[in-house]
Amino acid sequence: MSVEIGHFALVLAFALSLVQSTVPLVGARLGSSALMRVGEPSTIMGFLMTGIAFAALTAAYMQSDFSVENVWQNSHSAKPMLFKITGTWGNHEGSMLLWVLILTLFGSLVAVFGRNLPATLRANVLAVQGMVGAAFLLFILATSNPFARLVPAPIEGRDLNPILQDVGLAVHPPLLYLGYVGFSVCFAFAVAALIEGRVDAAWARWVRPWTLAAWVFLTGGIAMGSYWAYYELGWGGFWFWDPVENASFMPWLAGTALLHSAIVMERRSALKIWTILLALVAFSLSLLGTFLVRSGVLTSVHAFATDPTRGVFILAILVLFVGGSFALFAARSGALTAGGVFHPISREGALVLNNLFLTTATATVFVGTLYPLFIEALSGDKISVGAPFFNLTFVPLMVPLLMAVPFGPLLAWKRGDLWAVSQRLFVAFGGALAAMIVALLFVDRAAALAALGIGLGVWLILGALTDLALRSGLPKARLRVAVSRLVGLPRSAFGTALAHAGVGVMVIGVTAVTTMQGERIVAMKPGETAEIAGYVLRFDGLTPYTGPNYLEDRGIFAVTAPDGRPLGEVMSAKRVYPARQMPTTEAGIMTLGFSQLYVSLGDPRDDGAIVVRIWWKPLVTLIWYGAVVMMVGGTVSLLDRRLRVGAPARRKARTGAAQPEAGR
Amino acid sequence: MTRKQKRLAIIGGGMGFLAAATALTFVALGQQTSYFYMPGDLSVRPVAAGERIRLGGLVEEGSLAHGAETDVTFAVTDGSESVKVTYAGILPDLFREGQGVVTEGRFDDGGVFRADTVLAKHDETYMPREVAESLKEKGVWEGD
Repeated sequence: MSVEIGHFALVLAFALSLVQSTVPLVGARLGSSALMRVGEPSTIMGFLMTGIAFAALTAAYMQSDFSVENVWQNSHSAKPMLFKITGTWGNHEGSMLLWVLILTLFGSLVAVFGRNLPATLRANVLAVQGMVGAAFLLFILATSNPFARLVPAPIEGRDLNPILQDVGLAVHPPLLYLGYVGFSVCFAFAVAALIEGRVDAAWARWVRPWTLAAWVFLTGGIAMGSYWAYYELGWGGFWFWDPVENASFMPWLAGTALLHSAIVMERRSALKIWTILLALVAFSLSLLGTFLVRSGVLTSVHAFATDPTRGVFILAILVLFVGGSFALFAARSGALTAGGVFHPISREGALVLNNLFLTTATATVFVGTLYPLFIEALSGDKISVGAPFFNLTFVPLMVPLLMAVPFGPLLAWKRGDLWAVSQRLFVAFGGALAAMIVALLFVDRAAALAALGIGLGVWLILGALTDLALRSGLPKARLRVAVSRLVGLPRSAFGTALAHAGVGVMVIGVTAVTTMQGERIVAMKPGETAEIAGYVLRFDGLTPYTGPNYLEDRGIFAVTAPDGRPLGEVMSAKRVYPARQMPTTEAGIMTLGFSQLYVSLGDPRDDGAIVVRIWWKPLVTLIWYGAVVMMVGGTVSLLDRRLRVGAPARRKARTGAAQPEAGR
Repeated sequence: MTRKQKRLAIIGGGMGFLAAATALTFVALGQQTSYFYMPGDLSVRPVAAGERIRLGGLVEEGSLAHGAETDVTFAVTDGSESVKVTYAGILPDLFREGQGVVTEGRFDDGGVFRADTVLAKHDETYMPREVAESLKEKGVWEGD
């Protein structure tokens, strides 16, 4: 019964989204506040209805109701409860439902927190959100109904793909979708501004918190996906430049550019048309990502539950929204007033440079990802573009950008002094140089490239710290004064510093792993040892174990540190899930400081030995810690009072109260 | 510099940067892409030894053999022709005889394909798109 209620609620949500996408739009056109006011209740009700539908599907999964085809296809009664719940979105239909749920959630957040927006802008934003929602709800109802019943109901389900039976599934897709879909708000704001033909600095102030929130979630989603693939796939890689990874990385790059250009627009009332374009591009790339991932048109190692036939529908949605918004942009952008030219050596100049690099990088990733499709369409040749292409194009673009990052926040608005800034960064530069020398002299296997990468990372971190130190008045001010000033700095200053430092931390991790990792593939019999980077692993044999819905052979390895100290055991397992007769490998990971030992079992051989793959991954966890630091930076920045969601009117009300703080 | 010259310099610099990035992209595309072949394609369009390609097809039944240490050999077939492949390392969990596979690597002078990557799939019903299409064309595999 609840399943039918869910289905019915989903149809209602579609009907509401139709109302939401038309009535406020007409209201804004006619200047009728009665019609515009329809926007909020229809948006919020649409979210509630989608929520009911999602809850109904989740309930069916939790109860293992195999009369629902979707549950039968992707669940099993013996599966642990966590994976029953997360299995809701571990399939095509459920994952699209999650997508729409998050879309309507963001719409409702705009409806609730955007009460201070101008009435017409809010009405138009909600209408555009409604259009996106309507398109995807129609997609689900017409092609991907998760509530279809099976008669008679099977007794047992076919189980979820074992690789997805992991905590990663609970975290990665929701975070990623919060990021992807969060950009829909920026898109809606951009389209609404184009409909109105008017955009000002306040627009940037409204859009920035949404961009920032989406960016934080997307950063987390990508990093979590990277770590999940790292430990689950058993090849110990953190990034493969796989089409599905690039699909999530492109909106991230465009979103990062948007984040920075919106600052220029807010502060200097410039780059308006560009910022609007970036907002359109960021969400268009999110839609493209959804299409690439769901349709499986590009061969990917991360492809799950893809369906080319239904992909065509998403392609139609993609064409409709990208084409429509860009046509509107072409028609209306001329009406928007352009900002003045500004001095290249200035904060805004630095932000433009950032945008130039980031959008070019987005373009190279775009070309590399879609090139195989173009070639196949043109000549029929099937080709693949792999990591070497991206290393050759993306990396040369990133290195100068990252070298320039510490200069940006130190440059003054309007007219900066590059020489003075360079002098202030002298300490950071010295630190980076020292780190390079130390890496070259004292770290085993650190070649010039590794030293350069580590130096770059340290440069970014120290540059971020320099910014904070200078803002709190160091080195001239006394320490106590400096500390109190530091505490009083706007949160966005900490946000910037943390995000930039996070990039530095990540750069160190990426450099260390790519240049200094050790790998061994050996056939081991019980009792035999293998040595890597000074660590000795002794294979203690295989032990069978029975899990809730799987059987496994656990390979135990006793680890000894280079100084002979025992470090305990690390376990890698070969699992079989009887429901699908599908084998998986569980990697064994031992974290030592920021580095990891990674062990992956292979196939047993006839002579009783088993093939084992062992990696030494120096500083590998810094890659994901760096992402966490970036997320913290984004969140801290989001909490800045200047950026509070729905800032405009409340800001006026608070100006009186905020005055004393400005003097601190 | 006048305002106009300054503007020209900025625009020129930006254009130069984009031109450099575009050139780099095309050079990289020319060098760093690998073509996809099925075993039958090789007689039509021969591949020089040392050229990096992707080879896809079905793992031939009964062809999988473990050699010394971690070496593995198997044959990739499209139903009519097959190619011998060697690989040192651990095969993906879902690697099985009779299943679809995509390998990446180079031919050595003896005509044996030395794979450095054997692509893993996460889903037992999943067939790499290139393999699926080519096999459908040849009528070897019907699809789902």
